Amino acid sequence: MSVSLDIRLKRANKVYHEGERVSGVLLVNSRDALQHQGVSLSLEGLVNLQLSSKSVGVFEAFYNSVKPIQLVSSNMEVVKPGKIPAGRTEIPFEFPLQAKGNKVLYETYHGVFVNIQYTLRCDMRRPLLAKDLSKTCEFMVHCQPQKSKLQPNPVEFSITPETLQNVRERSSLPRFLIRGHLDATSCAVTQPLTGELVLESSEVAIKSIELQLVRVETCGCAEGYARDATEIQNIQIAEGDVCRGLSIPIYMVFPRLFTCPTLETTNFKVEFEVNIVIILQDDHLITENFPLKLVRV
Amino acid sequence: MTLIEHGFSSVVTDSKARRGGRKGSTSSSSSSSSSVVLDPLSSMLDGSDPLSLFAAVSQTPALPHSISAGELGRKRREKEEEVGSDFEPWSSKRGEILSRFTTTEKLSINLFMGSDKSKASSPSSAVSEKVRTRLEELDDLEEGSQRELLNLSQQDYVNRIEELNQSLKEAWGSDQKVKALKIVIQCSKLLSDTSVIQFYPSKFVLITDILDTFGGLVYDRIWSMCADPHPLPESFSADDVNDTAKETCLNWFFKIASIRELVPRLYVEAALLKCNRFLTKSGIQETLQRLTAMIRGIGDPLVAVYARAYLCRVGMEVAPHLKDSLNKNFFDLLATFRQIHGESVQNQLAQQRVEIPIYLTLYSPAIHWILQCVAYRAPEVLLTEMMDRCKKLGNNALLLNSVMWAFRAEFVAMRATDFIGMIKDCDEAGFPKHLLFASLGRSLSCADPPESERLSILNDAWKVITKVRSPRDYINCAEIWVEFTCRHFTKREVNTILADIIKHMTPDRAFEDAYPQLQSVIKKILPHFHDFSVLFSMEKFLPFLDMFQKDSVRVEVCKSIMEVFIKHQQEATRDPVILNALLHICKTMHDSVNALTLDDEKRSLSLLINGFIRMVSFGRDFEQQLSFCVEARATFCNLEPVIIHLIHTVNQLAMETRCVMKGNHSRKTAAFVRACAAYSFITIPSLTSIFNRLNLYLLSGEVALANQCLSQADAFLKAAVSLLPEVPRTISIEGKQRSSEPFLLDFINNFLSTLLVVPDHPEQGVLYLVRGLLNMVQDYTWEDNSDAKIRVYISALPLLAAMSQESYLYTIPKVDSNETLYGGDPKFIAEINKLCETLIGQVLDHLKGLGRDEGVRRQGSLAFSLFGCLLAHGDLRNNKLNQLAVNLWNLSHKHGFCDTRTSVRTLEYIKHQAQLADLSHLSDMTARLSLQSRT
Repeated sequence: MSVSLDIRLKRANKVYHEGERVSGVLLVNSRDALQHQGVSLSLEGLVNLQLSSKSVGVFEAFYNSVKPIQLVSSNMEVVKPGKIPAGRTEIPFEFPLQAKGNKVLYETYHGVFVNIQYTLRCDMRRPLLAKDLSKTCEFMVHCQPQKSKLQPNPVEFSITPETLQNVRERSSLPRFLIRGHLDATSCAVTQPLTGELVLESSEVAIKSIELQLVRVETCGCAEGYARDATEIQNIQIAEGDVCRGLSIPIYMVFPRLFTCPTLETTNFKVEFEVNIVIILQDDHLITENFPLKLVRV
Repeated sequence: MTLIEHGFSSVVTDSKARRGGRKGSTSSSSSSSSSVVLDPLSSMLDGSDPLSLFAAVSQTPALPHSISAGELGRKRREKEEEVGSDFEPWSSKRGEILSRFTTTEKLSINLFMGSDKSKASSPSSAVSEKVRTRLEELDDLEEGSQRELLNLSQQDYVNRIEELNQSLKEAWGSDQKVKALKIVIQCSKLLSDTSVIQFYPSKFVLITDILDTFGGLVYDRIWSMCADPHPLPESFSADDVNDTAKETCLNWFFKIASIRELVPRLYVEAALLKCNRFLTKSGIQETLQRLTAMIRGIGDPLVAVYARAYLCRVGMEVAPHLKDSLNKNFFDLLATFRQIHGESVQNQLAQQRVEIPIYLTLYSPAIHWILQCVAYRAPEVLLTEMMDRCKKLGNNALLLNSVMWAFRAEFVAMRATDFIGMIKDCDEAGFPKHLLFASLGRSLSCADPPESERLSILNDAWKVITKVRSPRDYINCAEIWVEFTCRHFTKREVNTILADIIKHMTPDRAFEDAYPQLQSVIKKILPHFHDFSVLFSMEKFLPFLDMFQKDSVRVEVCKSIMEVFIKHQQEATRDPVILNALLHICKTMHDSVNALTLDDEKRSLSLLINGFIRMVSFGRDFEQQLSFCVEARATFCNLEPVIIHLIHTVNQLAMETRCVMKGNHSRKTAAFVRACAAYSFITIPSLTSIFNRLNLYLLSGEVALANQCLSQADAFLKAAVSLLPEVPRTISIEGKQRSSEPFLLDFINNFLSTLLVVPDHPEQGVLYLVRGLLNMVQDYTWEDNSDAKIRVYISALPLLAAMSQESYLYTIPKVDSNETLYGGDPKFIAEINKLCETLIGQVLDHLKGLGRDEGVRRQGSLAFSLFGCLLAHGDLRNNKLNQLAVNLWNLSHKHGFCDTRTSVRTLEYIKHQAQLADLSHLSDMTARLSLQSRT
């Protein structure tokens, strides 16, 4: 006897906003009629925080894991105990997506130390001798468009040996001049990061120019807080010794799930930065950092 | 300078430089950082990566979408401007590039399949369990994360790429979309590698094939997702696409946007350009612009120019009306043009030991293609602007070359003088000049420059071409310019060019390596010189032909010349120049025949030579014509069809002479026709086919007879008769063995009818030839169970009957036949009678023999034909004969095998004849002829 249980959401992209109804169907496929002791459905939104072993030490990281924060949780019985006929059965359901108490529904975000996840879980209890069936399904939550108007605030930059920090013998550095701008550091999360970069001159050949998207996650705990920056993705925008004086586009799409609007709460923070990394032929590495503010509009 | 650990927790300061940490540009920058770092590809492998989302999405039932037909019609976009057939498609360039850019050096393929193992295997508290298992799964899938194939020969390389193409299709077919994408990414990564640079254009072709496959697969997949309930119309818009399909499409684009390296990201996105149609209306245009700008990031000029070519190609396929990005691509190309002469390129070339001119030619296919796209149906103004921009650029030979290739030939032809000027100004060390002139020549052979400039163009061009040292480069270029010269100039200029080619190609037998080009020169000249007297009056034409010293090529060339001659020569000629030259050419063709030559080849050569012989006429100078035939016979002795044709020609000559003399030969013409007969007589025996010989003997005999050459005619006929015993029982016709009997019967019947007019030889006995023939027939070893001999006897009876008439049915003017010689002499008649009796006796004996065996059917039909013969030619008033006829009739009806309808008709005929005055005796006979009862 084979039974399959599946959750199908109505929206193809599985994106919902606070106050909306999450609707869909439970799909039961069974060759024979199916005896069960009730089918229940639960919806849960959780923030999982993890302490980096680097910031607080291995033991603390292990013991002091912060309790997950529940954002939303509801449960309902969809079908009373009984029988489900053989074949394909669709059971429609609908959940209001409403935050618990005075909590806010943060956007879905998959990070390293911070994870914000929303799931639907369906359980079918079955009589003795048959395994209970369950199925989970993640759906995405986007927060409401933020009121604050997005200000296009272009940032100009120019990199020369003189602007570098962390240099021991400035005199041994090759001469170079890189100019450019980012169209904005306050970006809509749905829109790509754009800008331009011009290699005006360089004594040494360029090997590669990359855009590094970095997440900065901060978790508060009893001992203070831990702040960690990790790479989300690295996008090469130039390869090899590029033409001098020709503008090279800066363009990066923010990956879904791994980015969200910049978030600041009492317990944790999620921020983003972008590094422009220029690698010279002799493996010198030049990095220019820009903090970003991501918003949803 | 601080040497810091390669980690990002500390990348918070503004700008800094550091050394180390990176080993190669291909390794991910995060590889050595602490294990908590996730790169997007591996974190994508979490349960909610785009592809598994995509898989999940595809399971949900398609959203019901109801779009009314009217709405569809409204949304239908206006038909996109199609690319016409005048646009040379990529597929035709493909093969050319593959065959042109080859290498003998060893190649390598380096594929990183799957994510780095080190990362996946290092346990980390941050990586969830799920991610880890997914990673392991993937590693299993890829059987080892990295494969490096070294020391591949070019063919191995091509095979490997083809294997990858196959495994891409397989992966896609078995629903392993992630693997498919990885294969494509790894393949396109190979395009950023310029080691073994001579092979790069071919590599580009091979790998873009894979990309095309991939693009097609993805597009079709998404398209099929929208097929429910109705397939999308050809001109759908984004609004017609359902959410599931859109989401899937979006997932692909997000996935591609996270590809780390520039070149693969660019190529894969370009491959999926068409899929933008599913999302937005302007998507294709925006993406094209963005990708165009993105190519600026590619430092290596060769990699960049090929990326542009690919983008233009995809753009032309998907949205041919979007010209802007094509132009932008070209202008960007101009802007980065100086890169080609940059330091990094120089270093690379020095390392690979590739010379600049060779390196520059690697660019040609890509730039040609870009310019072809740009110039396609472009307004004149734009082309002029493009050209001006090229002009301004230093060292622009490469561009100039592509401009001449890709722009409309008329455009180039109009400015040919300008182009020559620009070519002259080009740097000697760079792009090879002969290639430039070759490109110009190619344009000029399709379109005509202004008339006044033509001569100076030719002079200027040839001045450079003639200085090209390498014979190979020289001939490649010269060959192209021959067309231009032939179109616009006279034989004098063409002759000069031929002389120049000979001068260049003769030293060190350079022509041996250039046969295809030399052949093409001939092919270009021929259509412009239909007048062969002009062609052969070029001093250098025959010396030029002498350069073809390899037999097969030589014959090829001769054949092409003869074909043109036969096609275009309108009237017969006696021009000694033409005759000498063509005789020489035909002799060359003839001399190539040897024991190994195929029959088809011989036939086609003979056809050409016959065509030539047919075109030779000396008018009234018959003797000259005959002596030409004598010469031709000597020259073409190995080709039987030619010899046969010559014999016919000579026979015809004899008949023409007779015509001219109105049948009365003078002493001189009589001698001439005898000479003709002699020619035939000595030529015929050299033929191998026995029936050809027989027929020609007969024919020549008839011609001789018509020209009152009695002894010659006699000799021909005698020769034919004495040849008869040699006829084999089977002959080969079109490769099959057939019985020769029907042919032999045909010939003998034909021969018999000629014999009527042949007078007996005074020194031989009566009916010498007839007897001789019948003797031969008797002695001939006929097939067993064959009635052929008897049939010959029966058909000889009408001849004998005709001979016994007082005046013959036909005669030859001025030739006395037997009727006159014997004048109905009773002795002669008696001789004939005796002969008839013998023959009838033989036939009756045979009939008797047939009665004994199973041959009654044959007996019946033979008896009936003898009856017919007697009825038509015999004097049935003679009782004996009458009785014989009746007996034969009965015999033929005895066994019921005769055709009743024929019998009835014969009977009716006899009754009809019986009504005639002097044939009343037949009515008695009819009474005695009984029809077979039909019961």
